Amino acid sequence: MSETVNQTNPSFGKLIRKAVQSFGLPRLIIAGFLLLLFILAPFVNADLPMQITNTINRFSWNAVLVLAMVPMVHSGCGLNFGLPLGIVAGLLGGTLSIELGFRGPASFFISILIATPFALLFGGGYGWLLNRIKGGEMMIATYVGFSSVSFMCMMWLLLPYHSPNMVWGLSGKGLRTTISLEGYYDKALANFLQINIGKLSIPVGTLLFFAVLAFGMWAFLHTKTGTAMTAVGSNPTFARAAGINVDRIRLLSVIMSTWLGAVGILVYEQGFGFIQLYNAPFYMALPAVSAILIGGASVNKASIMNVIIGTFLFQGIVTMTPTVMNNMIHMDMSEVIRMIASNGMILYALTRKTEVRR
Amino acid sequence: MSVKTVPAKGAGKSIGSFLAGNSVPIMFILICAVCIPVSGFSFTYLLNEIMSRLGRNAFLILSLLIPIMAGMGLNFGMTLGAMAGEIALIFVSDWQIWGIPGMVLAMIISVPFSVLLGLFCGKILNMAKGREMITSYIISFFINGVYQLIVLYMMGPIIPISHSSIKLPRGYGIRNTVSLLNMRQSLDNAVSFRIAGVKIPVITLLIIVCMCLLIIWFRRTKLGQDMRAVGQDMQVAKDAGIDVERTRIISIVISTVLAGLGMIIYLQNMGNLSTYSSHSQVGMFCIAALLVGGASVDKASIGNVFLGVILFHTMFIVAPNAGTKITGDSMIGEYFRVFVSYGVITVALVMYETKKRRAKAGNGRQLQLEQEAIK
Repeated sequence: MSETVNQTNPSFGKLIRKAVQSFGLPRLIIAGFLLLLFILAPFVNADLPMQITNTINRFSWNAVLVLAMVPMVHSGCGLNFGLPLGIVAGLLGGTLSIELGFRGPASFFISILIATPFALLFGGGYGWLLNRIKGGEMMIATYVGFSSVSFMCMMWLLLPYHSPNMVWGLSGKGLRTTISLEGYYDKALANFLQINIGKLSIPVGTLLFFAVLAFGMWAFLHTKTGTAMTAVGSNPTFARAAGINVDRIRLLSVIMSTWLGAVGILVYEQGFGFIQLYNAPFYMALPAVSAILIGGASVNKASIMNVIIGTFLFQGIVTMTPTVMNNMIHMDMSEVIRMIASNGMILYALTRKTEVRR
Repeated sequence: MSVKTVPAKGAGKSIGSFLAGNSVPIMFILICAVCIPVSGFSFTYLLNEIMSRLGRNAFLILSLLIPIMAGMGLNFGMTLGAMAGEIALIFVSDWQIWGIPGMVLAMIISVPFSVLLGLFCGKILNMAKGREMITSYIISFFINGVYQLIVLYMMGPIIPISHSSIKLPRGYGIRNTVSLLNMRQSLDNAVSFRIAGVKIPVITLLIIVCMCLLIIWFRRTKLGQDMRAVGQDMQVAKDAGIDVERTRIISIVISTVLAGLGMIIYLQNMGNLSTYSSHSQVGMFCIAALLVGGASVDKASIGNVFLGVILFHTMFIVAPNAGTKITGDSMIGEYFRVFVSYGVITVALVMYETKKRRAKAGNGRQLQLEQEAIK
């Protein structure tokens, strides 16, 4: 009813209130906070071009991991807290490509190629599991992620890797916790078509790679299968009545998410320059989840735009807070702020009454 | 169709369903049975360790029972109580009050913090009905951020901390470890004796037994009955005139307070407080232990708590050594026990969800049959 009043008599205050409501208060706070950081930066002698470069760089590393959330949200599987499973597939691809002796930027694509069967296999099993426990996906996804990471902790020690660049020097077996990618696919995408304007440098290659994947995702969501996926997510009963095989679509979405997770970690590694094993992937799902939520997604709705805005805002805060805070009050509170902001955002999304309970 | 098959299966089914219903404890008994001889620990040593860990953890795990009763699943938010307990201990050790008086004081201080956090957690969980577990899990992360903000930045400049032994050298914030050496096992050693070399911490065990009795009594009270009703079916409970939201909040508050007290008992046994990591592990290990004892997301008894502590911690003690003996690498066992803890929680969650779905499908079929009968 108030809706019609608004439309017939759109006073400015109401318009703003409506905009805030649709945008969400926490999102507004976070966007405002980032804006404030950017404004403050020059006053506290922070190097602004450097900060912007860092933000763009970090955006390019993380965007694909955030994109991996989209298919599962669309098919109604909720936020993919099981992202570490995809990451494990990516890590297997990366380490195996090094083990097999591939070098240079080409090894990046070889890694993706090797990671793909693992991602399909893991994603298939994971999707099958999630189809059996509809309604409880998010909690179980979290623990599937944790179990897979802790299982791989043992595997990194036990699998017969031999490449001297990866194993512990003394015992000659068991992978190191961090492996340098120098000579392998370090900056494989970032150095491609890199633009440098003064202090500003933009990793066009990585951004292009993300753009291709994002466009692919957008195009896919507009195909027949993609529309079916959205239908399954918004109303599974209706979708079933329309003759869509709900379980198959959900399985497909989980496999896509897992594969994107695998590719995402490889993109992250090529930017970061290191492979991080063992406990590193444990909490990698949370930043990605909160990023897409900050971008405006909810538990059952997400678009490519949400991914881009969210990743930019999240990574902007992650890069800007430490420098600005440090220069301002000589105290590094960034870690704490990041924890509160990102988890607060997830909490906010979880408490919205958006999802149709099955 | 189903009517015909039931009598045919008969006896075989009861053993099968017993095995299926208790698959997690049975799996753990098998793991322990393999690992104990391999690890090469003496029997006395093992018993001593288990007894010590029983006193240390049982109270914490008991705090999980009440939310399960109220149908809110595993309370990952028990970490909140643990943090309240830690803040209380930081204050007490700053004031240099040690021994049992220090513990009692810490327990008293922890209660208001726990109640506040519990109220917060309960309110939010009421807004997220149907996904309490993931929400309480994220709440624990969120509050962990707030806790770090308080302990790392506010303690010193805003909240007075006088003693330099617990303050960071930079002048504010608390050190990574706060030594509770003067409080170490003061409760366990207050009255204790040894049976065949095994130390029995009488007072700690007495407190735990009292807590069990309290929980048994609580189940019979009006509030306890209300909680069970809410756990069974929120709609029905509401129709019966129970204030569902309030009942759920109370169950979380009780759980948080108990977790706070349990954390203080836990830390007096450990003898030092890892300011930034003690609480984060505690939630996972307690939940895993409870599940190992045969509990599920919607059903847990006091027996599950004790069986769980014994089995889970036996595995925890023997796994590193057994792992080293079998594979020759000391880290394997460490990773193995972490993997098993996560794995157990995963399996228990999956079993619970599939059971719930099957029950729902069963209800639908029942309804269909009834309607056909009416026709």
